[in-house]
Amino acid sequence: MASDLLLPLDALHRRLGARMVSFAGYAMPIQYDGIIAEHTWTRAHAGLFDVSHMGQMTLPRGADAALETLLPGDIVGLAEGALRYSLLLNDTGGILDDLMVTRRADDLYLVVNGATKAGDLAHLRAAGLDTTHRDDLALLALQGPEAVAALDRLVPGVAALRFMRAAGFAWDGANLWISRSGYTGEDGFEVSLPATRAEALATALLAQPEVRPVGLGARDSLRLEAGLSLYGHDLTPETTPVEAGLSFAVSKRRRAEGGFPGAAIILAQLAEGASRRRVGLKIDGRQPVREGAAVIVADAVAGLVTSGGFGPALGCPIAMAYLPAIAAADGTAVEVEVRGKRIAATVVPMPFFPKSYVRAGATP
Amino acid sequence: MTRHFTTDHEWVDDAAGTVGITDYAQGQLGDVVFVEVPSPGTTVTKGTAAAVVESVKAASDVYSPVSGTVTAANADLEAEPALVNTDPEGRGWLFRLELSAPDELAGLMDEAAYKTFVASL
Repeated sequence: MASDLLLPLDALHRRLGARMVSFAGYAMPIQYDGIIAEHTWTRAHAGLFDVSHMGQMTLPRGADAALETLLPGDIVGLAEGALRYSLLLNDTGGILDDLMVTRRADDLYLVVNGATKAGDLAHLRAAGLDTTHRDDLALLALQGPEAVAALDRLVPGVAALRFMRAAGFAWDGANLWISRSGYTGEDGFEVSLPATRAEALATALLAQPEVRPVGLGARDSLRLEAGLSLYGHDLTPETTPVEAGLSFAVSKRRRAEGGFPGAAIILAQLAEGASRRRVGLKIDGRQPVREGAAVIVADAVAGLVTSGGFGPALGCPIAMAYLPAIAAADGTAVEVEVRGKRIAATVVPMPFFPKSYVRAGATP
Repeated sequence: MTRHFTTDHEWVDDAAGTVGITDYAQGQLGDVVFVEVPSPGTTVTKGTAAAVVESVKAASDVYSPVSGTVTAANADLEAEPALVNTDPEGRGWLFRLELSAPDELAGLMDEAAYKTFVASL
């Protein structure tokens, strides 16, 4: 802990009574009131998350074609103010990181995982991309059905954004870059702003009746219920986008043209199916299964749990695992081994908990 | 009856042999969603894992504060594991032991010493 970096909101977290843990090289709040209370609050109201550990980077606006050599998304065709979820890939189609790419008027804006940002930066620069690490910025997420009311009260106009769209705003003299996106399955926003102004904005948001602080613990349980992958656990250099159930991140034009790392392997898997897939598991009873637990099919180990825990909004344990295609169909009965005991489980579709995004073209 | 405490934040009552975790421990674990307790008849050894408390986030071993044979497990925890959070030193007890080496109790802390220990953390 002593060598951990401090977040711009470190003092605020401690004043709010957070329990701090070491994560991705930072001292971070794992919980304030308790994971279940924070999870439940976010699903009903609005939770404020400090995700300033994540890597924020910019590339020159003309770097879109060069960036496409590292990932399978259509960046050249990305509209200004639009976000795209994408994946940095290695030569065998394995996932080096997952990230968000936004086209802005003057640059491309990337948000990558905290634990991988140093490696990503080196990877982008090694590919000749003129990458600027914006470690002068903080990143806050406001998530939940009441996030729009709370944020729009402080920053009028954000309610007009739709899911996976972003724009610049101002608040109290600070420039904000706000996207309608998140990692909880709820409607919500992510706000990038100068680190020096993060505490003032966080304090103003926490003064709104809808908003409470939420830690990493509930961030994990919320994303798990939403069926969203966690890099380093559900996604690794040994998993491809097709195996991970992220084929949507391989854009149509890129499928036709190829030209991304591991394209031969990934395009073959898209055509023929992958031999294994990331699946959701609903666990019988109340005992959670954890990352690394063996999944048993027909009395043999068929795969491993990559994320597992208790779903507070579902009231039961849930997990993600990789299973052979023949055992990955919804409804397949499996067992998970925990401390020498086998627990019955069923392959179920994800998300476990329905998403509530406010999409363009839909009635909000 | 006297309650004795370990540096791993378990407690044991010397008369009934009841074992649980402390309020400090439950606060550190967070919301408990499942508890695995040993079956009656199980032999446990001081300092070895005897029960598992699962929070939303992680599974944590509970070490037996003393050696003995399990005589009862708290069946209420099956339906209401959160008793470990709400009443850890009462209705959230984990299991009862018939102590096989009662002199082990002498190596544990009394309540005052445990309070001092927790304050030092």
